[in-house]
Amino acid sequence: MSHTTLTTGRVRHSLAPWARIAGLAVCALLTLGPVIWTVSTSLRTPAESFDLPPEIIPSEPTVEAYRGVFAQIDVWLLALNSTLVTVLIAVGQMITAGLAGYAFARLEFRFKKPLFGLVLATMMVPLQVTIVPVFLVLKSMGLTDTLLGLIVPAFPTAFGTFLMRQYFLGMPKDLGEAAMLDGAGPWRVFRSVYAPLAAPGLAIVGVLAFNYHWNEFFRPLILETSGQNYTLPLGLVSLQGNLGTGSISVVLAGVVLSMIPAVAVFVVGQRPLREGITSAGVNR
Amino acid sequence: MTNIRIPPVSSRPVPRPPKAVVRPSARERGTRLLAALFLAPTIVGIVVFTVVPIVGSVVLSLFHWNVIDDPSFAGAANYGEVFGDSTVLVSFRNTLLFMVLAVALQLLIALVLAIAVNGRMPVWLRSVFRSAFFFPLVLSAASISVVMKYLFNQDFGLVNWLLGLTGIAPVPWLTSENGAMAAVILVYVWQQFGFSFLLFVGGLNNIPKEVHEAAALDGATGPRKHLHVTLPLLSPTLLVASVVGIINALQVFEQPYVLTNGGPGDSTRTVVMVIYETAFEQLRFGTASAVGVLLFVLIMAVTALQFRLSRRFVHYQ
Repeated sequence: MSHTTLTTGRVRHSLAPWARIAGLAVCALLTLGPVIWTVSTSLRTPAESFDLPPEIIPSEPTVEAYRGVFAQIDVWLLALNSTLVTVLIAVGQMITAGLAGYAFARLEFRFKKPLFGLVLATMMVPLQVTIVPVFLVLKSMGLTDTLLGLIVPAFPTAFGTFLMRQYFLGMPKDLGEAAMLDGAGPWRVFRSVYAPLAAPGLAIVGVLAFNYHWNEFFRPLILETSGQNYTLPLGLVSLQGNLGTGSISVVLAGVVLSMIPAVAVFVVGQRPLREGITSAGVNR
Repeated sequence: MTNIRIPPVSSRPVPRPPKAVVRPSARERGTRLLAALFLAPTIVGIVVFTVVPIVGSVVLSLFHWNVIDDPSFAGAANYGEVFGDSTVLVSFRNTLLFMVLAVALQLLIALVLAIAVNGRMPVWLRSVFRSAFFFPLVLSAASISVVMKYLFNQDFGLVNWLLGLTGIAPVPWLTSENGAMAAVILVYVWQQFGFSFLLFVGGLNNIPKEVHEAAALDGATGPRKHLHVTLPLLSPTLLVASVVGIINALQVFEQPYVLTNGGPGDSTRTVVMVIYETAFEQLRFGTASAVGVLLFVLIMAVTALQFRLSRRFVHYQ
């Protein structure tokens, strides 16, 4: 390969892909690096966790740090709280978004446009702006420092409703019309014709909800004051606070434990998650 | 469709059948009832937990209230307090600075990587890259910030050790004002760029192949092609990515809260951190609401400005 051919299209074509792919590989490694480091450090003894350079594959892997986590915080309780909150919110959002999305897409009623406008507008209102009155509303309901206080306000989902509306709009109208000619009422049309077709869309709503609320920190931090109501992210941050910088590996073991469900959802729900995010850009 | 309507030959308007005054049929009433039932949970929820709180924020911002004593009317006093409080002002400055740098960096990284991933390569490799860049998004910002606190430690952190290999002196990431802001931005961007990346990958897939082929025939290659062909076609996606990116960035909380707790000094204190501290640590609910209202106004203003600017730069196919 002489230098002069570098400028011709053909050579550029055969050289560039390798450079591009190598560059991407470096970026992917940088992206995953912190996670790899977390897992590998959590498997070292607390004394070795400061070692530099870090051994990516610990020579003597140990679960000592994991025992430490279970000794310091009630992992089972935190995991149970997180699971309860997340699963109930995900199921709740699938129901509310599925129903409301269907109503906006396929039912005729008064004030449809302004109501849908209201839903879209609330998508723009960040939770952080309304958190003080939300806290007071929950306080008046006696729901502060309860898991229910985390769950109930998260049921309505503007984005999920929007997503499900688009989803139902994408289904052929004639299916329902045919069922109506056969004498099915509006409920039957929904229940027997459209609801069964909505499963993939509902999966998107559920996976997005699971991912968001499993990791949620701000609302639990404000609402949950007693340790027995903590969720995993809260517990982990407090675990780090209790220990200072004493033993990295214990904290990191806790982080790894809390990541497991998120990673599981990533593996199983990657597609719905991706589609949910991508449709945020394409449909809006 | 077989019944094509033929326009009437005569110019006389076709008489319209008189509008029948019919009471809603049983089926229509059934539909309305069903709609009401289906919408109730969402609409009631949105009213109770978003609409009322928005109004509540504005009202509350006009009162002094610490939850324990009765609220007392304060007029604009809370806003006066906010504008006289250097910490609050600094938090707005920090948040805006953070927004500009974080969003710019996030969009740039996401765009370059999306274009690179979109190039020719085996299908499995593409999905490996896509998953890798998307992965940080599924992790909790709070717990990942706990991890990052160790990585950015000045003395034993991996970041400084790696920089040391290239001969760069240890950076006081979390203990100097600029270093702390840089660390917060890097951690945030690391976790968030995957979101824009996915939007861009979707947007790039929507660009017809022929456009690139035509551009190649005209002699456009490499960066030039992307600047003049890809970017304008991607501009609607860019708008969405920047609007969502900016709204998210203005609400940053977890990273500065865990990494630096707003310090050193107030150098990484953000608006949402101030709302949290004012309301839930100092129990000044009126003042916190005033900060919230101002943040809301800021978000609306920035978003409106963006849509206005975008009219000039966004090309729809």
